[in-house]
Amino acid sequence: MKFGIVVNEGPYTHQASDTAYQFTRAALEKGHEIVRVFFYHDGVNNGTRLTTPPQDDRHISKRWSELAQEHDLDLVLCIAAAQRRGIVDEDEAKRHGKDANNIAPGFRISGLGQLIEASIDADSLVSFGD
Amino acid sequence: MNEIVEDAENPEANAKKIMYINRRAPYGTIYALEALEVVLIGAMFEQDVSVVFMDDGIFQLKKNQDTLALDVKNFSPAFRALETYEVEKLYVEKESMQARGLSCEDLLVPVLELSSIEIAELMEQQDVLLNF
Amino acid sequence: MLHTVNKSPFEKTSLDTCLRLVRTGAVILLIEDAVYAATKNTVIEAKIKRALTQNRIYVLGPDLDARGLQDSEIIDGIEVVDYGGFVDLAGEHRNVQSWF
Repeated sequence: MKFGIVVNEGPYTHQASDTAYQFTRAALEKGHEIVRVFFYHDGVNNGTRLTTPPQDDRHISKRWSELAQEHDLDLVLCIAAAQRRGIVDEDEAKRHGKDANNIAPGFRISGLGQLIEASIDADSLVSFGD
Repeated sequence: MNEIVEDAENPEANAKKIMYINRRAPYGTIYALEALEVVLIGAMFEQDVSVVFMDDGIFQLKKNQDTLALDVKNFSPAFRALETYEVEKLYVEKESMQARGLSCEDLLVPVLELSSIEIAELMEQQDVLLNF
Repeated sequence: MLHTVNKSPFEKTSLDTCLRLVRTGAVILLIEDAVYAATKNTVIEAKIKRALTQNRIYVLGPDLDARGLQDSEIIDGIEVVDYGGFVDLAGEHRNVQSWF
């Protein structure tokens, strides 16, 4: 079974990213394929490497990065949503004259077409939001 | 599941049924605007697309939106452009319209008004449901 | 078809919309704050019981546990699943509708 995952909210304020993460992990454990995790709306905020949660709390973006590395996941932040919210990779920083980038390891920035493509490629698209 | 039989002669036959479901009012949150952006990009993929407005989502289609004093972009004219993107199946849920005292004349684009039962049937036939 | 709801029925109307649009035989999964809809002795219990005559209803166990809700507090007929069960339900159905 090929799942596509959509995350529509940022970390911590809403449970969406946590539920999406647990669902994704459970799907991988069952041997399913995750064709892509697409982050939209405030969901792009899951892809910053600059968050510093308290030590006794989960580190949401790091958790996604580690899962991506372990399972070769494709974590995509919507470019239009990311630009609005100040999430940039090296190319975007250069292109818009920003003095730094903040994208977390394992994430990449790309267009909305990646969401449509994932929904076409997957057997099932599951969305998490608020 | 969802076996797609390749049919080179008829690309439409390979298209997936994608339904966008809009349930939130414009301006108070960004969901409506960013949903519209997905619909416009999605149109390039030539899938079998439909757009449903229900609950507060029907307020997105209200005539006479004027956002000048808000200093926010009024994106409602873009709904009129959907037709040129070949996004032609626009539906509103009758129950949501009635609950909000709206009729089709209050809306800025022609839409098909369907009962919740009819929309539920359409939803059942979709391959993909995208919610905003 | 699988319907997920993630909102408390005491604050938002997502569950009402779901119940209005759900067809007989479709499956409902209550997650996050919607797990409160699965509890006994509430003003919406009757609504849930009515839905149970036409639809299977599941509730996400980890979300119950987090909110201090025990199996004995859950309406009879609602089944508890874990994240793996959520994945199974999603896999068994043609599509998934998330009522935010």
